[in-house]
Amino acid sequence: MNAPLPREWDSLRQSRQRRLERAATLGFGKEIPVDRIIDLLEAVIQPGDRVCLEGNNQKQADFLSESLADCSPERINHLSLVQSVLALPSHVDLFERGLANRLDFSFSGPQGARLAKLVQEQRIEIGAIHTYLELFGRYFLDLTPNVALIAAQAADAEGNLYLGPNTEDTPAIVEATAFKGGIVIAQVNERLDKLSRVDVPADWVDFTVKAPRPNYIEPLFTRDPAQITEVQVLMAMMAIKGIYAEYGVKRLNHGIGFDTAAIELLLPTYAADLGLKGKICTHWALNPHPTLIPAIESGFVQSVHSFGSEVGMEAYVAARSDVFFTGADGSMRSNRAFSQTAGLYACDMFIGSTLQMDLAGNSSTATLGRITGFGGAPNMGSDPHGRRHASPAWLKAGREAAGPNAIRGRKLVVQMVETFREHMAPVFVEELDAWQLQKVMGADLPPIMIYGDDVSHIVTEEGIANLLLCRSPEEREQAIRGVAGFTPVGMARDKRAVENLRDRGIVRRPEDLGIDPRQASRDLLAARSVKDLVRWSGGLYAPPSRFRNW
Amino acid sequence: METLEFRFASHPAGPAADPALCGVVGSGNLEILIRAGDDPAACQLSIKTSARGFGDTWRAVLGDFAAAHAAGGTTVAINDMGATPAVVTLRLAQALAEYQGGAQ
Repeated sequence: MNAPLPREWDSLRQSRQRRLERAATLGFGKEIPVDRIIDLLEAVIQPGDRVCLEGNNQKQADFLSESLADCSPERINHLSLVQSVLALPSHVDLFERGLANRLDFSFSGPQGARLAKLVQEQRIEIGAIHTYLELFGRYFLDLTPNVALIAAQAADAEGNLYLGPNTEDTPAIVEATAFKGGIVIAQVNERLDKLSRVDVPADWVDFTVKAPRPNYIEPLFTRDPAQITEVQVLMAMMAIKGIYAEYGVKRLNHGIGFDTAAIELLLPTYAADLGLKGKICTHWALNPHPTLIPAIESGFVQSVHSFGSEVGMEAYVAARSDVFFTGADGSMRSNRAFSQTAGLYACDMFIGSTLQMDLAGNSSTATLGRITGFGGAPNMGSDPHGRRHASPAWLKAGREAAGPNAIRGRKLVVQMVETFREHMAPVFVEELDAWQLQKVMGADLPPIMIYGDDVSHIVTEEGIANLLLCRSPEEREQAIRGVAGFTPVGMARDKRAVENLRDRGIVRRPEDLGIDPRQASRDLLAARSVKDLVRWSGGLYAPPSRFRNW
Repeated sequence: METLEFRFASHPAGPAADPALCGVVGSGNLEILIRAGDDPAACQLSIKTSARGFGDTWRAVLGDFAAAHAAGGTTVAINDMGATPAVVTLRLAQALAEYQGGAQ
């Protein structure tokens, strides 16, 4: 018998202890003076560490990110960053200044161009682009952080944290870090004697620092109704009448954008006129979109669970606790991990937009020169094979796809796009830019946001294509061409094949749905301005100044 | 500015009616005026557009309109400020419905 090799079984705990001792030697207690944060970071972070820098599409640990970027690259280097969103200039500074060299993330909207440049210069190694839930999953498997830098609203004297309405990713990050020998450092907006609600208990948090200014929150989900076009109204009418009503979609998620904002604003008008109140859109996995206010006030909506909050919606949400998830203190608690789980397993429909779609229905928001990632869309825009509970919408979709004896249902995954984007850039293309981007990134796979075989419907200004009813790749291709309008892909359609698909209800035009084009007017929107939304909310919605133009 | 002229065969729109005006001249939008024409079997269109070089796209969009709708016996004047085909198609359908005066 070979003797087992001797090894230590608590090296993570010992490493954590040494880091805490280094901090103690420098005189640090739990509360860190703001002007000594760099000393603390240099004491507890080691070269080669995996660091989770809390940054998602709304809340940002911006002060800790800037402080980390100001640390000495001599002391801290070869960091591997894991984070939901690479959104701030300081996130990219970490790579440009030589502190970090590897990144696993989900989304990089505003920094997409700088990120692509770093990849081309081989100054950054991208592990993978994930969907949020997938990245959270890896925090508990093979991407567990050594150090987490997070953002909280408030800390009390013991170090308990209140996260506020923008709870978001924090619980998932802290749990993975604190229970695997990691260090948790929180920037807080304020220190209070007593918190109205404890979101993270003090013994999961090692250090807190009061940031010089409140953490940044992006009002990402606010869409000004004044900018919704009549084409978007027309598409929203088609979606409501041709999909929401026909499948009886009650549980759903909407992506970001004016297309889906138009749907939200047609619920109290067009959908109500169709007699759909109570029959569609009752339960949501959705951020508190201001454009959902009229539907909530009209009694359409029973429940909304949110990934994050939205700037200006705090008082409205607190006053509608039957609808939103709120604590005993009255304030909202969001949770990205749980809302993404709801979006995956408990929603019957995802509807969102994209920048490009190919002839197999694959879609991508990645375009040349920009690495943007995809956030939650790949998760919510996928048909979960682990689902077992039935609902009328799920069963109908499953039977359309696989016949009356289908042994499972299907999630409705709807892509809603105008055939041309700005500057006459066609959405429908023979080949996605994602393929060229794959080569530039040296990635294993092209960055496809939603796979074509998960897509059930495509809505454009030309009509609806129902891909569930297609019985061959050729039919699918013609169904997509058949709603691709006057893009080169659309013009290259086989007109007879498309008319045949139209006869079978696979392609449907506005007139096939009984939609009068004259009704596609902005007058149909329940709110036509941000001010209208404030009025609907009874003055509870307080839009950020950039949306206040009255 | 570019000026384009097209003429397509189309089923008769019905009796001549009062002119109908639809849309606005604004960026990404267009204005359409439909009036009675001379040939009940054809739709005559003239376009003034700020975006040069899209003649083939206009031909396709307008040809589809004339084929899909009964627009014969009309003359259509369009002032375009870079509207997408989606906007053009919607406005044409709205203008024709207005011209024909059907119940909303």
